[in-house]
Amino acid sequence: MAVPSVAVQPRPSMLSRLAESRNTLGLGFMLPAAALLLVFLTYPLGLGVWLGFTDTRIGRPGIYIGVENYQYLWSDSVFWLSVFNTVLYTVSASILKFVLGLWLALILNEKLPFKSFFRAVVLLPWVVPTVLSAIAFWWIYDSQFSILSWALQQMGLIDHRINFLGDPTNARASVIAANVWRGIPFVAITLLAGLQTIPQSLYEAATLDGASRWQLFRHVTLPLLTPIIAITMTFSVLFTFTDFQLIYVLTRGGPVNATHLMATLSFQRGIAGGQLGEGAAIAVAMIPFLLAAILFSYFGLQRRRWQQGGGD
Amino acid sequence: MAAIREVERLDTDEGGMGYLQSLPRRVVTVYLPLLVFLIVLLFPFYWMTITAVKPNVEMTDYVNYNPFWVVHPTLEHIRYLLLETSYPGWLLNTVIISTAATFLSLAAAVLAAYAIERLRFSGARQVGLAVFLAYLVPPSILFIPLSVMVFNLGLYDTPFALILTYPTFLIPFCTWLLMGYFRSIPFELEECALIDGATRWQILTKIVLPLSVPGLISAGIFAFTLSWNEFIYALTFIQSSEKKTVPVGVLTELVRSDVYEWGALMAGALIGSLPVVVLYSFFVEHYVSSMTGAVKE
Repeated sequence: MAVPSVAVQPRPSMLSRLAESRNTLGLGFMLPAAALLLVFLTYPLGLGVWLGFTDTRIGRPGIYIGVENYQYLWSDSVFWLSVFNTVLYTVSASILKFVLGLWLALILNEKLPFKSFFRAVVLLPWVVPTVLSAIAFWWIYDSQFSILSWALQQMGLIDHRINFLGDPTNARASVIAANVWRGIPFVAITLLAGLQTIPQSLYEAATLDGASRWQLFRHVTLPLLTPIIAITMTFSVLFTFTDFQLIYVLTRGGPVNATHLMATLSFQRGIAGGQLGEGAAIAVAMIPFLLAAILFSYFGLQRRRWQQGGGD
Repeated sequence: MAAIREVERLDTDEGGMGYLQSLPRRVVTVYLPLLVFLIVLLFPFYWMTITAVKPNVEMTDYVNYNPFWVVHPTLEHIRYLLLETSYPGWLLNTVIISTAATFLSLAAAVLAAYAIERLRFSGARQVGLAVFLAYLVPPSILFIPLSVMVFNLGLYDTPFALILTYPTFLIPFCTWLLMGYFRSIPFELEECALIDGATRWQILTKIVLPLSVPGLISAGIFAFTLSWNEFIYALTFIQSSEKKTVPVGVLTELVRSDVYEWGALMAGALIGSLPVVVLYSFFVEHYVSSMTGAVKE
């Protein structure tokens, strides 16, 4: 008599089957991350685009004014100067970081005593908060008590103090140098990881075939390293392009806007100046450049890999 | 895990042809450049330390004292920093905010990474890609709309403004890193547990998480370091002096008009860097190997 109920019991209820289904469960597990990212990342991204079309100020909700902000920026020489500075900063710092980082990675890949110690120490500039190391650079670049000026004077290389941050050209070079200093470890350590995956037997085979050290580097190391170079440099370009902290500490965009990057200009107009709409428009204007930079460094380097893989 | 083992294995036979180089040649191509790199990369830290313990008299007198050394080291700057400024408060704020943001992000990232990597719900690949793209959105284009949001939500000038916004760059990174770790755990373990009647939640907490402790540690360290170093949100969303974080406090409160307290500034920079350096030096091997693992994805 009781048989039917026994037969029904092992069959899981609709609810428990639903709870065990991949999609429901996946949705539940994704919920916290998705909620945080949608609310605090996707929504502000859209809000930023919208703010760029309004005249919002701090403490006053704005109204839609179309592309007025962009028209104003188009005719604003400071904005174009900041675009130029950002491109100059990104291109020169990225190239220097790549060359020096690759060089350091090749050195660290040699047989060395205390190797893991060196590897750890080299990462320090990257671990320490940028603002705090930038403050150290600020003191190193001090107009009166710069240790660099003093050392160069003692060596007899210069006869008067260098005005590191007061002169437009010097200021640009100084902030780029500080950025390169901070970026080398990341590039070096990631490229080192890539170098360690290249089998030694390839070098041995190439050496037996009579390859020189340059040829080993050019035809074995570089082609095999290209995928990692592409990823590393994409990240490096991205972070350099959107840099804010270093400039904010060292020059605040000065002298006469010579080191203003788009991010610092956006902060100055949007937060310090209260023109949220205009600041947002500058930030939005970074997006196309950013996409172009990412696509260029990623696909540019990827294509070389095909070419080299295809028989050079 | 696989990445660590691979690196170790390759460590042993690298430089296999080093014997082909003579010693003088190695000095010029390896040791000398390495020395120059080390000096350049480490000099700012040396300069920070030496300035932090240098009396003001020596700091500005390059004629009678060699600036590269300190004759009468003093703790005056550090005492001033710790007792007469809000520095200890900033340290505490930074610790609280970084810890809270790290745990929040880790919890969300563990669930998300497990769902994407192992539950494989429909659309999991696309979600994984979206998470990666989220990592590429830089804070410098989000801070203005976020400041509007933070203000409207009544979070302005509270630690929650930072605890809730830091996960925007922490979750994508941690999720991506943990996905790599979860992938290295054999699927058979989970199948066994499923057959034994374990629920997905039990599998996650009793099998997957204990096996991915190294991954959790490195994701945690990364997240903590990134929150500790964050600047632009902390600068924009916090106004009261006593609620600031270390990087913002040191820069905005210790620099007063024309008088730069270089000693105190350097001491502040040094002490503010110590926690992340110590944390990282304990786990440096995790750090390096997981970074290489994350890049290989």
